[in-house]
Parts: sequence; structure tokens; C-alpha cells
Amino acid sequence: MRHAALWIGGILIATMIAIALLSPWLAAADPRALSPGSRLLAPSATHWFGTDQLGRDLFARVLWGARISLFVGISVALLASLIGTAVGMLSASSRRLDAIVMRVMDGVMSIPAILLAIALMAVAGGSVLNVIVAVTIVEIPRVARLIRSVVLSLREEPYVEAAISAGTGRVMLMIRHLLPGIVPPLTVQATFIWATAMILEAALSFIGAGTPPSTPSWGNILADARALWQIRPTLIFFPAGFLFVTLLAVNMLGDGLRDLLDPRQNPEG
Amino acid sequence: MLGYVVRRLLMAVPVMGVVALVVFSLLYLTPGDPAQVLAGDTATPEQIAKIRTSLGLDEPPVARFAHWLWHMVQGDLGASIFSGEPVTHMIGQRLQPTFSLLLIAVVISVGVGVPFGVAAAARRGGFYDHALTTFTTLGFSLPAFIAGYGLAYLFATTLKWLPVQGFVPLEQGVDAWLRNLILPATTLSLVYAAIIARVTRASMLEVLSEDYIRTARAKGVAPRRILFRHALKNAAVPVMTVIGIGVATLIGSAVITENVFAIPGIGRLTVDAILHRDYPIIQGVVLLLSAGYVLVNVAVDLCYTLIDPRIRY
Repeated sequence: MRHAALWIGGILIATMIAIALLSPWLAAADPRALSPGSRLLAPSATHWFGTDQLGRDLFARVLWGARISLFVGISVALLASLIGTAVGMLSASSRRLDAIVMRVMDGVMSIPAILLAIALMAVAGGSVLNVIVAVTIVEIPRVARLIRSVVLSLREEPYVEAAISAGTGRVMLMIRHLLPGIVPPLTVQATFIWATAMILEAALSFIGAGTPPSTPSWGNILADARALWQIRPTLIFFPAGFLFVTLLAVNMLGDGLRDLLDPRQNPEG
Repeated sequence: MLGYVVRRLLMAVPVMGVVALVVFSLLYLTPGDPAQVLAGDTATPEQIAKIRTSLGLDEPPVARFAHWLWHMVQGDLGASIFSGEPVTHMIGQRLQPTFSLLLIAVVISVGVGVPFGVAAAARRGGFYDHALTTFTTLGFSLPAFIAGYGLAYLFATTLKWLPVQGFVPLEQGVDAWLRNLILPATTLSLVYAAIIARVTRASMLEVLSEDYIRTARAKGVAPRRILFRHALKNAAVPVMTVIGIGVATLIGSAVITENVFAIPGIGRLTVDAILHRDYPIIQGVVLLLSAGYVLVNVAVDLCYTLIDPRIRY
């Protein structure tokens, strides 16, 4: 089947988004409700995924975790794409600005992503909003670099040169002639940023630098299970499984989009 | 050659300067008083004042940056807010576990990734090629904290082949050291080996379509020799590049993996620092590991000249 990855990834991710949106109705239990009498229960008819060490219903927590993970992933993908595109276009439009902006971007990219995010979270404090801001800052240079290189190569295209010699204004040139060339590679890149942002959110929460501990995010659920997973492996299995399937879906979507929109960048070809 | 090495190292200085500036400015990005933020909500005014003095926050930012940079160049990364111990000392104690982990992970990743990529490119659309596509897609969707628990559950808890957690220093025997590192290093390798295999495959495919490969085939050179002697050597530059760039991902995953396998390295130190809001330690770790990453890439650049005599800087 043509574009199989795109279809499978798209359907999986649509399902995940539906689960996230419907989680208050799909899971009857409150993901934060403590129940000291029913700690560390095995999966059963009342608690489909069992309960954690505070007696919280794991099924409800994992479903609510999908909301946070997807919200962070999609927000970062959108924000980093918007800001990164602005920075990249600005950089490509002026040689003097380019030298400065690209040195800063190189510097930021020399800091391993998770470490920069940790440092940002350490000064900003744990909250979902701060995670989104921190991961967006980490991802902006990657988008800016891509956009800059695409714009610089589009500039050499005859139709762009023609538009410039016909006296098209700078803003018009950007919107009418450059933007359509940017959208396909940017869409592909944004999908991969979506996946990276979900990994970073879970990683940050897992080591205690992400969403506040009370938030039912997948990283927090995994962090809570750290001491107990050998006694009750399902505490790790369910949140990890959901994160894995979601990441797989987004990555397949990205691969599919790349084949569809940007055949030149396809490493398989 | 020496002149070239020095020149290339000097090129890394401005990059490190920007890294230092970014790490330094983070403290000033916070809304409100950074000392208050680091001290937490329950801090007394005395504690806040102490943090402010120890970080030099009462100085103007530019003077403070100059001061800080001067100390840093001399190898002084400040002292921990929590314990008062010098940061360089605290990081120094944690270097062996982290470096051991990174080293084994690089060996596994290059050892698996490169031959896998070569095999996939040798028969396009064949078994290894399909296996590689599956492996890379899975690898990119398995972050360290998922893969780590999966491997630990299978090989340590269920099969009991390897220890579940912990670290044994090299001084206590290579055997124990290695046994404890196999699972965490394999965890780290999944993504890194996937990136290396993918780039090796793409680079090999390009080289294998060259005329001199056809010539070698026509004159009857053994296929294996063509792959490894003629093609791989010429396909090596992009592979080396991605090995260098991938180190950033590897360092990041190591911080996480150490916490899955209870390895007392820099990643554990970072997590303890987050818990105590000990910013000087976090700053020191970020600077040191970024410097390591930049240096690895300088080394990779230097290696280019060894495999490709056409490259001269």
C-alpha cells in the first residue's frame, strides 16, 4: 500500500488524541484520588491497570498522562516552528545579523538538549507551561537552521530571482514566494520535534525536573514506579507502553510525511 | 599537523564562549529574584541572602560574568549551595561511571551500527535492509527510560543473566565492571546505533553507485573487500560526522539511564542537584559536558584529514 506509514501513524495518533480528549469519560476514577486501602493492586475489573503505591488508579493516570504528553508535544512543535521560522528568515535576510544569530544558535546547539532543558527548568521551576517554554527554547535553533538553509537555496531559484527583479517587496516575497517552499520541510521537521518534545517532557518529569510531582504525566508515573517496578512491573509497563506507541505513531507520521512532501530529503531513497 | 590541531581548537573557543554566556544568562531569565527562586518557597531571608552572595548576584551582571568566566577558565566552577563543596571536585568523583558508560555505549553502537548499515546497503531491499528500517523506527521511539526498564526486566529480573542495577569501579575488576555496564550501555546504544546505521546505509548507497566500484567489481575483487575496503573508506566522512553529532544525544540519554540503573555518575549528581535546587552544580555539569561534546567534534574534524587526504583546513 502506498503511504502505509502515513496511514498507520495518522490513525494511531488520531486514536491517541481521542483517548486524551475523552479521558475524563473513559476513566471513571479520579487520577489524583488517594486510596490508602487499595495500594499496589494488580490489574482487575475495577482497576484495569491496577493501582500505584498511593492507591491511585493507574488506568485513569495513564489516560490523563496522554493529555499532558500530547499537549506539550503539539504546543512545542507549533511554537518552535513559528519562532524558529521567524529567526531563520530573519537570519537569511541580513548577512550581518546572520553571523550573530547563527553563532548563538551554534552555541545553544552545543549544549546537549536534555541538559539545556534541565538548566532552564532548574531556574524556572516545575510546571507544564515551563516545560513547554524550556523545550521550545531547546528546539528553536534546529528549526532556525533548517529554515535558513531552505531560504538561502530558494533564493537562487529563477522564480525568486524573477520576483526580486520585478520589484516584489520584501514582505510579499517572504509570504508569496518563500513560504510555500518552506512549508513541506517545516511540516516534516515539526513532526519530529513533536516526538522529541514528548520524549523530553517525559525524561524531565522522570528525573524530577518537569511537571510538578502531583501531575499525572507519563514521566511522573514512571518516576513514582522507580522503586517498585520489580514488585509490580505493570506500573512501568502501561505508561511506557502508551508513550512508546504514541512516539511510534508520530515518528511513522513524520516518515510518511517526508516521503510524501519532501522526497529529496528521504534517506531511504 | 600540530598547527592545524591548534587552529581547530581555537575555532572551538567562540562556541564555548557562547555556551558559557547562555548558561550564565539563564539565571537572569527567571522572572523575579533568582536567589529567591533557587532558595524555594520556604527559605528564610538569611538563606536567600547567603545564596545571593555565593552566586555573586549582588554584583552587576557584566562584572559578574567577567568574574565568573575568569574563575571558570582557571578551573573553578564555584561551590555547591547545598554542601559548600567545590563543584569541580563533586563532578570529578562522578566521572568514572559516566565515562565508562559512554565508552561502552560508543563501542557497542559503532560496532553494531556500521556493519548493519553496510549489510543493508549491500543488498538494497534485502533482509538486512528491512531489518534496519524496523530497527531504526523502533530505536527512535524507545527513549532510554523505556528501553532501560524493558532490558532490565528481560535480562536481569526474568532471565537473571546480568545485574539489575548498580556500578562496580574498574579497580574492582574488569569483569564485574563490564557486567554491570552491559545493560545500561545497550540502552544508550539503541538510538545512537540507529542513527549511525541509517547514515552508514545512505552514505554507502551513494558510494556504491560510483564508477570505481563498478571497475573493482569488473576486475573481480571479492564483494566483501569491495564493501569494506573500497566503499566504506570513502563513505566514512558522513558516518564520522554523525558519530560526533550523536554524542549530544548519547550524553543526554546517559543522564537519564544512570537513574534507571542506579549508576552513581554525573546523571545522578544532576538529579540530586535538581532536588536541592543546587544551581552551581547544574551549571558546572552543563558546561563540562558541552565542552566534552565540542571537543569530541573537534577530534572528529581532525580524523577527517586522516581518512580523506583531500580535506585540509
